[in-house]
Amino acid sequence: MTSPSTNISSMPPGPVIKSKLSRDDVIMRSGMIVIALYLVVTLAFPLYAMLSKSFSTYRFELSQYEMQVSDQDGVFDGAILNPVDLNAATGAYSDTDLSAGSDSRLPVTQLFPDFSFRSPVMYQIRNAQPGGRFLVGSTLHDDTEWTTLDSNSFRRVQLRPVKSTGFDNFVNYFSTPALFNSIKNSLFIAVVSTVVTVTLAFWFAYALNRSCMRFKGVFRLIAMAPILVPSLLPGIALVYLFGNQGMLKELLFGASIYGPIGIVIGSVFFTFPHAFLIISTALAISDARLYEAASSLRATPWRTFWTVTIPGARYGLISASFVVFNLVITDFGLPKVIGGQFNVLAVDIYKQVIGQQNFEMGAVVSVVLIIPAIFAFALDRYVQSKQVAALSARSVPYQPNPNPKMDRIFLIYSSLVGLFIVGILAVCQFAALIKFWPYDLSLSLNNYQFDKMDGGGWGSYYNSIKLGLITAVVGTAVIFFGAYLVEKSKGFRVGRSLFQMIAMLPMAIPGMVLGLAYIFFFNNPSNPLNVIYGTMAILVISAVTHFYTVSHLTAVTALKQMDREFESVSASLKQPTLKLFSRVTVPVCMPAVLDISIYLFVNAMTTVSAVVFLYSPKTSLASIAVLNMDDAGDIAPAAAMGMMIFYTNAAARILHLIASKGILRRTQAWRAR
Amino acid sequence: MKLNVSKITSLLAGVVFATSVAAETELTVYTAVEAEDLARYAATFNETNPDIKINWVRDSTGIITAKLLAERDNPQADVVWGLAATSLLLLKSEGMLEGYAPMGVEKLDAKFVDGDNPPAWVGMDAWVASVCYNTVEAEKAGLTPPTSWQDLTDPQYAGHLIMPNPNSSGTGFLDVSSWLQIFGEEGGWEYMDALHNNIARYTHSGSKPCKLAAAGEIPIGISFAFRGAKSKAAGAPLEIIVPSEGVGWDMEATAIVAGTANLEAAQKLVDFTVTLGANEMYNTGYAVVAYPGVAKPVEHFPEGLLDKMIDNDFEFAANNRAAILKEWQSRYDGKSDPK
Repeated sequence: MTSPSTNISSMPPGPVIKSKLSRDDVIMRSGMIVIALYLVVTLAFPLYAMLSKSFSTYRFELSQYEMQVSDQDGVFDGAILNPVDLNAATGAYSDTDLSAGSDSRLPVTQLFPDFSFRSPVMYQIRNAQPGGRFLVGSTLHDDTEWTTLDSNSFRRVQLRPVKSTGFDNFVNYFSTPALFNSIKNSLFIAVVSTVVTVTLAFWFAYALNRSCMRFKGVFRLIAMAPILVPSLLPGIALVYLFGNQGMLKELLFGASIYGPIGIVIGSVFFTFPHAFLIISTALAISDARLYEAASSLRATPWRTFWTVTIPGARYGLISASFVVFNLVITDFGLPKVIGGQFNVLAVDIYKQVIGQQNFEMGAVVSVVLIIPAIFAFALDRYVQSKQVAALSARSVPYQPNPNPKMDRIFLIYSSLVGLFIVGILAVCQFAALIKFWPYDLSLSLNNYQFDKMDGGGWGSYYNSIKLGLITAVVGTAVIFFGAYLVEKSKGFRVGRSLFQMIAMLPMAIPGMVLGLAYIFFFNNPSNPLNVIYGTMAILVISAVTHFYTVSHLTAVTALKQMDREFESVSASLKQPTLKLFSRVTVPVCMPAVLDISIYLFVNAMTTVSAVVFLYSPKTSLASIAVLNMDDAGDIAPAAAMGMMIFYTNAAARILHLIASKGILRRTQAWRAR
Repeated sequence: MKLNVSKITSLLAGVVFATSVAAETELTVYTAVEAEDLARYAATFNETNPDIKINWVRDSTGIITAKLLAERDNPQADVVWGLAATSLLLLKSEGMLEGYAPMGVEKLDAKFVDGDNPPAWVGMDAWVASVCYNTVEAEKAGLTPPTSWQDLTDPQYAGHLIMPNPNSSGTGFLDVSSWLQIFGEEGGWEYMDALHNNIARYTHSGSKPCKLAAAGEIPIGISFAFRGAKSKAAGAPLEIIVPSEGVGWDMEATAIVAGTANLEAAQKLVDFTVTLGANEMYNTGYAVVAYPGVAKPVEHFPEGLLDKMIDNDFEFAANNRAAILKEWQSRYDGKSDPK
């Protein structure tokens, strides 16, 4: 920054000096604006479209119609009846009856108390104004001509609703127990899963960081495996383990796996690595002096644990809790597979949109789902901002001492957790190779003939790889460049902090909600961006946007480690910033760049929720194929496809490891002295 | 601008690979027919009509219906070939279909043709509800085979029954609408109340109950007959039961979208869809087709199914769909798992 920082108050106010924007600054600022615009178009606009959809309602406007009734001989006396008055007189429909969905119909005979379909009385009906709509049978009448009908046909008249705006959808939502019970259910499984996962992950991380047990490397590897599969895969494994034909169903003592039990077990599986990573980082940093102090004060290990270890890891624990809570409450694949009759919010959105084409109600449920997600996210950010450095320069890193008894207990514990994770994956692989569970246990590759099943066949697998690669390349470029501009450009404070805020937002938006919002925004014929709807491009955009925040934070952390002096030096050498960016910044930050790209690849391969509303028959994906094959009852092929995703991601990880080693050797040589 | 955008969209939509120079007419055809059958359908059609090129846009019934309804004011499709009749009735009630009596329509079974003149849609083939009964698992659980819908409410089946959720599955909806027609409005809901006590859970898709029954995950799955025949052919210990009261059904049908720029070609296509050849073509995937006397028996397909098909009132189903689903949801959805 160029402004002088000393004694400003004591000096007389001088003229405001505005530094001239250099060409470089202009490039950087416009770059930042472009990326900010990208986020606005792919995030803010769609969310706005969704919000307005949730207030878009349908109502039967009785005043739009006019009717006439004849006498017994079929002669009309010309008296025009207004349905509003008829309804007021008969009380046939209450105000809530008149609030409707886009597909609702309203029969009219109830407005005539003495109506009989055998009566010789004739009826006439018309729209009082153009734009009104009613059906006779299934034939639409939207003009203002009178339609004459005998009593028997008049039975078949159905009024159609018109669009309006209001809170009706929300009123409707909260007066339908089948819908709002899901809020309770979602919160329940999210809280239970969070408590279980964080507890399990804490002791696992504790064993890895604070004990001297063996095979730590193996356990670390195993703990990360669930990140490589779609969240619905554990659900499939649980069907084979605890379903009615399950291998271990006796362990449930007659309880059904289809419901909260299944969702919680599966959630623990797929959120475990996230919690483990965060807590492990928190436990890795600790000051041995505190433990020395505790032992010299003769504190029991129990007391030391509660007064030193837990407070030291509290931010990690809190952060892990919020992350797990958010993952579980917004997850759609797992409850879809194993949830049975236990309705949760994310599945409700799917049911409303795909099952009933009730987009308005889907939008309402989305708005309801966003609230706990944003709440958890905001609390997490707040807690993280409170965090202060636990490790000062004088800290002494903690070194665990061998304790044979404790080490053995930790080894047993970690083995059990490891067995759980490996077991789930092994069951899926096993199920995929069995010919016809449980009647024909011979091995076969029949379940890999994806082209014979619903879901897009092998094409969807290749599509997924394509999506993963494009997302990794495009996403990394956009996100890293954006982070660079925000981190390193001069001045423009307001713009930069605004950008930081927008970049945080995607994490709070559940994938389902983002996908639904994209339907409303991009599938609108009057939107010029409508062109990308149904193409690979919209999948890439939704994936990049959905996974923006974590990638952005990774990039910012790496960039913060680089001194701003680099920019100053390059400026004084009259080198354009972009040259500095490509020649110095990117190579130095290569580890972070590679991390971001593998993160994007793996997540694009496994995500279901962000793409389930957006794929087209041409761009079906492997994760969607798992969902659709399971949905059609082809559970074994679904497991087979899920494991293909696992192997692909594992291979990508290994490639990433080899590549980073090679690239790091070349680009990071300067780090060694 | 708007026109341009819609043109571009139509060019890119789905499977469309439109080239700018085309001596032939191109038709954008929306369909829910299985993807593997589409190439065969188009090839058979082109044998007699080589100058009309079909550009398929395929997705599941629910999504194609939603897409068509969303495009109400700016239709992209010329023809809908192979969509549930209940969905076509929704489109008809939006005034989106162009009535047309295809050449030779009088040869079709009357219940496969829309009642209007000219008909707004003509049927192709039907899928029929049935009960998939796993004999091995049923024996283990000590069950006796049911013969009617009413039997399924017997307490012995408690927890041994799965059916599709009508809110997400077309097959589920045709079951519910058939019960309301068979037992009457009140009796239908009473029946479902009793049935609900026996249901282990409701699935999202219509074929899953039968596949679950085939896999022994549940002894009895309410699904459709063709699915059961397929699973049985694959070696599952299944019995396909046709309940004695009659079974619900829905058909795949064809219609011309109102306002199409290629009316003549669209009519030629619909003419073809009612021919004997077309119906023979449907028969490879469906056991019941619109042209009487065409259908060859499909292996493992239950006998006497045709006679058990109820006289389905599609207008009732379409006009009451929203209300029925709402009622169903408030009665059975979101309740805790019945034990």
